[in-house]
Amino acid sequence: MALLTDDQKMLQETAASFLGAEGSIATQLRHWRDINCRDGFGHGLWKQLAELGLTGICIPESQGGMGLGATEAALVLEEVGRNLTPSPFLTTAVAAARAIEGTAHAERWCPGILSGDAVLALAVDEGPRHSPERTALEAARQGNGFLLNGAKQLVIQGGSADMIVTAARTAGSPGETDGLTLFAVPRDTTGLDVENVALVDGSKAARLAFDNVRLDADAVIGEVDGGWRPLSRALAAGSAGAAAELVGVASGASAMTLDYLRQRKQFGKLIGEFQALQHRAAHLYAEIEIARAAAFKAAALIDSADESAELFVSVAKAKAANVASLAVREGVQMHGGIGMTDEHDIGLYMKREAVLGELFGDVFYHRERVAALSGY
Amino acid sequence: MSTDLDNFRTETRAWLDANCPPEMRQPIRSEADICWGGRNWTFQSDAQRQWLEVMAERGWTVPDWPRDYCGGDLSAGEARVLKEEMQRIGARSPLTSFGISMLGPALLKFGTEEQKRHYLPQIARGEIRWCQGYSEPGAGSDLAGLQTKCEDRGDHWLVNGQKVWTSYADKADWIFCLVRTSSESKQGGISFLLFDMATPGVSTRPILLISGNSPFCETFFDDVKVPKDQIVGEVNKGWDVAKYLLGHEREMISGMGLGGGGSLGAAVKPQDRLLRAEIAAFDVDALAFAAMSERFAAMWKAGEAHPASPSMMKYAGTELNKRRNELAMAAGGSDALEWDTERSKGGKTPRDWLRSKGNSIEGGTSEIQLNIVAKHILRLPGA
Repeated sequence: MALLTDDQKMLQETAASFLGAEGSIATQLRHWRDINCRDGFGHGLWKQLAELGLTGICIPESQGGMGLGATEAALVLEEVGRNLTPSPFLTTAVAAARAIEGTAHAERWCPGILSGDAVLALAVDEGPRHSPERTALEAARQGNGFLLNGAKQLVIQGGSADMIVTAARTAGSPGETDGLTLFAVPRDTTGLDVENVALVDGSKAARLAFDNVRLDADAVIGEVDGGWRPLSRALAAGSAGAAAELVGVASGASAMTLDYLRQRKQFGKLIGEFQALQHRAAHLYAEIEIARAAAFKAAALIDSADESAELFVSVAKAKAANVASLAVREGVQMHGGIGMTDEHDIGLYMKREAVLGELFGDVFYHRERVAALSGY
Repeated sequence: MSTDLDNFRTETRAWLDANCPPEMRQPIRSEADICWGGRNWTFQSDAQRQWLEVMAERGWTVPDWPRDYCGGDLSAGEARVLKEEMQRIGARSPLTSFGISMLGPALLKFGTEEQKRHYLPQIARGEIRWCQGYSEPGAGSDLAGLQTKCEDRGDHWLVNGQKVWTSYADKADWIFCLVRTSSESKQGGISFLLFDMATPGVSTRPILLISGNSPFCETFFDDVKVPKDQIVGEVNKGWDVAKYLLGHEREMISGMGLGGGGSLGAAVKPQDRLLRAEIAAFDVDALAFAAMSERFAAMWKAGEAHPASPSMMKYAGTELNKRRNELAMAAGGSDALEWDTERSKGGKTPRDWLRSKGNSIEGGTSEIQLNIVAKHILRLPGA
């Protein structure tokens, strides 16, 4: 439904007030970035999110979670984006939680997610561009288990994750969706090399090297060779979530820029009086509203298990990334010189957009999917 | 609640199945397939007449208007179900009219009880075809600068002046018109007047557009006498009515951003790689706008939308429709250059393309919409 329920509005208010205070740029993003912490986020905040019940937003009530859906996750993520709050919420509580849903691994890991003690990561990409069906990391059967060899990159918070949901190929060849298997790989597994990498926005991602990593059969998430189903469920949740977070990034950057237009004087006038800037600001406003509508439609379709969810997830991710990119470019330009300084926050929005835009597939990846799903 | 709606859906489906003629379930092929109604309307077919009659009898030409004015008295949810069920079988709209989309809502809000009882049923039944007299040669974007003079002559109003861009004025029975009743204040000297286009002193002249069609006219008023009770709202307060009505017009025009709802890429199957990429980018924007349109409609009905948001919708929808037509021209190649052949359906692609250029001008230009968003929504200084 296009309108929020009262419960959803309450959740939105909770997330907005909590993240606006505790998750602000000064208290979180700048703090952890400037001390160059290993994880790129604060475990204290992750615990606080857990106390509010938010880390269990997508975990079924039967397992102690809130049992809510993509729409509620999107409401929280929009606030995360607005405040640039670094946390494992998107990858752990939304994407990875969906990957392990309904399996023994959910029983193993959900208590930790619910208490804010566990961090999970998702290892999918193997090159600089998102292309999950081209997964090549090899998982060869060996005795009762598997032997993994290959590499992963852009594993968000992989360096601090307790467990990494890893997509590997057990059959078929790269390009095929059949023959993929998801594995639950503890970070301290022998043979797994984790290179912790600082990204442009101050967050941390890992490059993983699997060198004869031995896993038992019970490391398999779901079915052997049937990994595409849980993987695409996780990627859809992640993409829709990233779209909502991007809408928040766009809104935050735009609000900051509008404030600046209302304060900054040149030629004896507030620069917000100039029509050249007013029209660009008004255009951006329209675009952000449209991106938000697309993000919430995608989430609603996921929640109702609608067959057009796949299409709208790609529409939402492509649109939100495009619009957030416009918002941060206009933001830096309209701020003038001050927007180029590290001291000002507007540049932080530009950097976050770059990472979120890439995560789970960039604008071009999702446009391609829209074309393919539309039959051309 | 949802069971009520489910029951309504079942009944509606059965009723439509029994009452919507098969010819009225065919896609619109040309202008003649659109039923505008009015005193001089010639029905294209018995099916078109029958479809209007049965729908009007049920109040479903104006599903959400009150029963007292020949509406369907449907709730927002029921109206949505009706729309969905009509779409499901591809049913054409039984009646397209500026009376329904523009004047009706303004009368419901600003009209006297007598005016509502007189005009609304005629609109609902498609008996009177209306046109809109807003723009003038000297008052386009600066609409409040309009000069058509309306003098109080005791027992009647006397109207003199000229309107332009009057849609289908040559086919309309009545006009709703902005006139100047006072020169003391710009916006505070405007009144909203209704009169019969057959009144002596009214004349029209069609304007030939770049698309080769003439949907608009110049309209001239030369000592036109109008009865005193044909003013809507108070004298000199017509600008409030006009703005309210413009909101509805913009909401309606923004619907063209939906472009019939389908994927452009699926329709034109682009072969060229770079064109395909541009069309995919367009389809993303079009589908996102469709989501916006749904969200906007729900928020607007629930009173949660900003009053100026139709300006945002109008801006986004019309710019999108222009882009759709640009890409359709590109995809069509030299086929899309043919102007009047049968194989090109009378040059449909280039004529639609040229006509679409007016979308971001009529009903307030894109630039005016952006001004409105900057001022009323973003509250930017000096806007």
